[in-house]
Formats: sequence, C-alpha cells, structure tokens
Amino acid sequence: MSDHHDKLYSTKLQDKTERSTLLLFVLTAIAVAIGGIVEIVPLFYLPNTAMCQNDPTCNNTQHKDLQGNVIPMDKIIWNPDTSAHKTLADWQPGDGVRPYTALETAGRAVFIREGCFLCHSQMVRPFRDEKDRYGHYSIAEESMYDHTYQWGSKRTGPDLARVGGKYSDEWHRRHLRYPRDVVSESVMPNYFWLEQKPVNVERTVQTLKVMTMMPFNPVPKNIYTDEYIAGAAAELEGKSDLDALITYLQGLGNHVKFEEGVNYRD
Amino acid sequence: MEANQATAVKYDMEVVRWFTIAAAIYAVVGTLIGVYAASELAWPFLNFDIAEITFGRLRPLHTNAVIFAFGGCVLFATGFYIVQRTGATKLWSNGLAWATFIGWNLIIVSAVITLPLGLSQGKEYAELPWWVDIAIAVVWLMYGFNYIMTIGIRKTSHIYVSNWFTMGMIIMITYLHVVNSLAIPVDWATSYSIFSGVQDAMVQWWWGHNAVGFYLTAGFLGIMYYFVPKQAQRPVFSYRLSVLHFWALTFGYVWLGAHHLQYTALPDWTGSLGAAISLAMIIPSWGGAMNGMMTLSGAWDKLRTDYVLRFLVVSLAFYAMSTFEGPVMSIKTVNALSHYTDWTVGHVHSGALGWMAMVSFGAMYHMIKKLWGVEKMYSEGLVNVHFWLATIGTVVYVVAMWVSGIMQGLMWRDYDEYGTLTYTFVESVSAMHPYYAMRAIGGAIFNLGAWVCLYNVVMTVRTASAARSANAVPSNA
Repeated sequence: MSDHHDKLYSTKLQDKTERSTLLLFVLTAIAVAIGGIVEIVPLFYLPNTAMCQNDPTCNNTQHKDLQGNVIPMDKIIWNPDTSAHKTLADWQPGDGVRPYTALETAGRAVFIREGCFLCHSQMVRPFRDEKDRYGHYSIAEESMYDHTYQWGSKRTGPDLARVGGKYSDEWHRRHLRYPRDVVSESVMPNYFWLEQKPVNVERTVQTLKVMTMMPFNPVPKNIYTDEYIAGAAAELEGKSDLDALITYLQGLGNHVKFEEGVNYRD
Repeated sequence: MEANQATAVKYDMEVVRWFTIAAAIYAVVGTLIGVYAASELAWPFLNFDIAEITFGRLRPLHTNAVIFAFGGCVLFATGFYIVQRTGATKLWSNGLAWATFIGWNLIIVSAVITLPLGLSQGKEYAELPWWVDIAIAVVWLMYGFNYIMTIGIRKTSHIYVSNWFTMGMIIMITYLHVVNSLAIPVDWATSYSIFSGVQDAMVQWWWGHNAVGFYLTAGFLGIMYYFVPKQAQRPVFSYRLSVLHFWALTFGYVWLGAHHLQYTALPDWTGSLGAAISLAMIIPSWGGAMNGMMTLSGAWDKLRTDYVLRFLVVSLAFYAMSTFEGPVMSIKTVNALSHYTDWTVGHVHSGALGWMAMVSFGAMYHMIKKLWGVEKMYSEGLVNVHFWLATIGTVVYVVAMWVSGIMQGLMWRDYDEYGTLTYTFVESVSAMHPYYAMRAIGGAIFNLGAWVCLYNVVMTVRTASAARSANAVPSNA
C-alpha cells in the first residue's frame, strides 16, 4: 500500500470501499448474490420447469402439438385421481411420470452410492444422433421426483435416461456382475458383489417417508399412501442391491408416451 | 505493499507453517488418487473388485482431496499470510486459526473414511454426508469471520486487492455451500436434496461452477496479486485493472453455471444467459492475466534464474488459456460437441493443474523461504525439476483429453452413407484407451513433481530447524 493516503487512485466510491471493511463486505455480498437469484429463483415460478407441487398445471406449462393443441398435463405426469390406473402397482408405462417404487428407490440409492452418475448421464439432448442412439429427448417432468437430480456431466459410458426395457433383466445381471463378459471393451468395474448385499430395508422405507416431506415436488400422499409405505418392507424382503439396481434401471425412461410433433420443452 | 511498521509486528505464522506443510502433503496424496482413478479407466482390472477403490468411489475422493484438502490448505496458508502482512497486523484470533486447521483436517479425515464407504449425496463436488456439510459450514465461517475481522484491525489505510478477492470467495462459498447442501437426512449416512430435477440441476451447477469461480479462481487470484509482485519485486502493473478485474469477476462469474446445462431440460434462456455472460468474462479474466504478466515487464530476465517466478508466470498463461477455452465451450454449438466428453475433463485440469496448482506451488516456495527464514530452498535445482515435471505433466494430460474429447464427440454424432450411426457407443470407449493411458501418464508426471516438492520442502524445513537450534547455542559457550 502507498503512503500517500489522501491521493485518489480511482473513483471516490472505490476509494471509500477500499478503506472500509464493512462497505467492501456489503457491496461484495450484494454483487455475488445477483446472478444466482436471477437464474435460480424464476425456475420455481416459470412453466417448463416441472415445479408442480399443489399445482396440476405446473405453473401453466403447455406442451403443444403441431396443430397447437395442448397436451393435458396428466398425460405427462401420472395422476392417480384421473388415470385409469390408481396405484403404483397398477401403473403402466406411458401413464406418465411417477415416483419410484420401494425397490426402485433402493436401486437408485445404489446408483448414487456407487457413483454411477460420474460416468453415465441421464439426460438425452434434442439431437438427431442422440434420438437414434438413446431415444426421445428428456423433459423436465421426467426428473421432477429426482431429489438429487442425476443428469450427470460425463459419458464415459452411455446415457441411461431411456435404458429401461432396452435389455433383459438377465442381460443387466450378467453385465453388472462382469461387464467385460458381455461387452469386451468396457471399462466399467465389476459389480458382482452387489448380489451378496441385501437391500437396506429400514433406510429405504425411511427414504419413501422423506420423499413425501420434501419442500419442493414432494411425492403426493395419494401415491405414497400410508398403506404403500407400510407394505414397502415386504416388497424389499429378500432382495439384493443388484436386484434393486436392475429394477431401477428397467424403470428409466418409459414413463411418458411421447407423441410425434409435440414440443415438450417450450 | 506492506506498511513500513510491518517489520515491527510479530505475526501469527505458526499456523501458516502447518497449513503449508499440510498443503505439500495433500498435493501428493490428491494427485496420486487421481492418477490411480485415471489408470482404472485405462486398465479396469485395477479396480481389483474392491468396492472401496472402484472408480465411482475413488473419483469423488480425488476431487475432494485436491479441491478441499490441497486447495483448501493452500488458501488458508496464503490467506492468513497475506492478510497479516498486507494489514501489518497479527490475526484477529490465532486460536480460531488453529481451530480452523484442526477442524479442516478432521473434515478431510472424515472424507477419506466416508467416500470410499460409498456415502455420497450424489452431487458432484458436494458428495460428503450431511453432517460433514454442517462441519464444513462451521469451520468455513470460523475462517471467514477471523479473516474479515483481521482485515478490520489492519494498520494500513486501504485494504489490499488480494484481500478483496479472498473476501469475495468467503462470502460466495458460504452462499453456495449452504444452499446447495440443503437436504433432508434419512439416517446418519444418507440424505436427499430438497431440490429436484431442473431446480436441483441449476443449484448444483451454480455451486459447481462457482466453486471453480470463487474457491479455485478468486481465492487463487488473491494469491496471484500478492505473490507475483512480491516475487518479481515490482508493484502490480495496473491498480485500475485490478479494480475492474475484481468487480467484473465477482459480479459476472456467478452467472456462468447455467452453461453446464445447455440442451438439457433446463429452459433455454438460462443456458444462453450463462453462455453470454461467459463470453463477456473473457475481458476481465484476460485483463487480470495481463495485469499479472505485465507486472514482470522490465524484469523478464528474472525468469532465467528465478524458478519460483516460472511457476507463477506459467500459471498465469494457463489461467488465460482456460478462461478463453471455458467461454468457447459454453457456446451452444461447441457445447453440443464438447459436453459429456473428456474435453470438459481436460478443461478442468488445465485450470486445476496449470493455473491453480502452479500458482500454489509458486506461492508455497516463496512463503516457505520467508516462514523458515532461509535464503534458498534446500535445492533450488529441484524447484526447477518440479517446474518442468508439473508443466510437462499438465500439457500431456490436457492434450490427451483434447484429442479424446473431440474424437468422442465426433464419433457419437457420425453417420454413415446409409444414414445410420457409424459407431456403437463401445467403439468410442475402446478408441479412448490410448488417450486414457496417456492421461494417466501425464498425471503421474505431475504427481512425481509433487513428490519432488514435498521432499524439497521437508529438507528445507529440517535444515532450517537444525540451523536454528545450532544458532540457539550461546556464542560464548
């Protein structure tokens, strides 16, 4: 620092700020807050962000086909009140986005625990090659129940957003146990040991309860009913982490029945 | 830079010494884990069917070790060093600084235990369990409060530019860590973010990119603005440029996170806004890099003999390179190719190895000589060896990732004459093998440099301590 304490080297405000710890603190605290507020807060109020709690229109989201007809939101997000299928057990692929079953929830916990998202994305982009390779581009509603989104940032392995139903359970079992037995060039670790680990029943049941308590996009109580949560332990009994993971993977990407010509993002 | 009365002040430097040694150790450990994880991708047998060391568990351990253990200790060491010297004052609380040292290292220990056990919240660079997140918040606030109070009791009239940047980092990381870590615990090991889908993605990359922008950039610019002029023994090239650099960076960097989510289910405007501000950020970033570089004008000959200065100058070159590459990658057409590929990994490492680690090593060598009161390191030649290992290692790493990343992107989108995809996904995986091996080798070269540094640091400290105890013998004995 200079000894010429009274000389101005910039503007008066800058000079004043540099001399005051409090002023520098306050101005900096304001400057760094603005960008985040502008980019994050609107995502809770705008359409097409799948912020749907207590609002079946999800902030007036309108996905339109080529004729301009709006696709009803309950065709995209499963609503047991209006759907022909009333319970998680009855739900069929194409009924719309639903929360995970108990066994899928256990499998998703394995997916997160093993860091699968570090090599596998779950977000198909609207490009020709991604459509050919993976399927329809992903939409916001499809991850609305994903507390801790799993879109990923790297594809050391392929995207998994639409992997559900693409391979048989038996293929997944062999592939997860010893990937190079099925795909010789794979660099994925062997996960045969997941078969020896029973699913954590208590933790999974507690997770279902936590999902109904979320402040943003909680699982509705008419889906995770008291009855469903009470029966969850039975669904998980005798299952291994590998069973759970396969069930989770097989449920990815088939919730929504996509129509040609509909813009699902705007 | 320091007021004249600084010589009369007795600083609290013992805690700085400990943070510096810890940083030298964590540099070795963090990059070693990285080399191993990289090798697993080249030679998957290295997973050895041991759950705790599989790639998916080791990779978070690597990122946490280099960012929070190595980067954190460098930031605390240099921060406490700079704030005292530029303010001509002791720390506001030496005790709180020690509590920061112990607390931060306990957090690192808990990361080393929990991450291999598979405790993860599933968010990149924010994997640690919820109770560790609380500990991080507490220790970070202890550090921040102590730092800002020390600025408050400074004896100099103006707050030095390094401290502006560090203060920006302290505030922003507090915002980011608190908001991004909001979660509901299921039990002691597991918790889930209160946000989901689109909102969670945006919050995560607001955190992810600003951990880079503030922790790894603003914090290290604070280091640059002190140690480059000190080592070159010249004043900062332009004070006004540093004012512009600071305010443009603090205001602008925050907006960039959205560019990680181009073409995803995040609304288009958010990603485009992030990319637009990213491009604008080239101006202040290059202004800052030039400011550091031009500080050497008239003293370029020092690069021939001053190995520490070499670290600092090369770090600025990588800073300029990365802050150009990043905005280019945020442009939608480029991002369409680069996203999800190794190019991103290469970009991160040109920043992390080339800029952040290089400027850290430069600062550490400078500080160690001052802290232990020695004229030279144990071996100045080894500083030069370290410099070349670090530079070559970084270049090999980054080049491997550029080639593999662009190749991956092109293979994924390639169509043959019949209009079908030319390559299966796994063909792109096997095409990566030579580059993954090359990346592991580049990382190993960099890691070797970190070992050389640690050896040199230990020997310097030992020699200095031996000399000190020899001097302690009364001369008339």
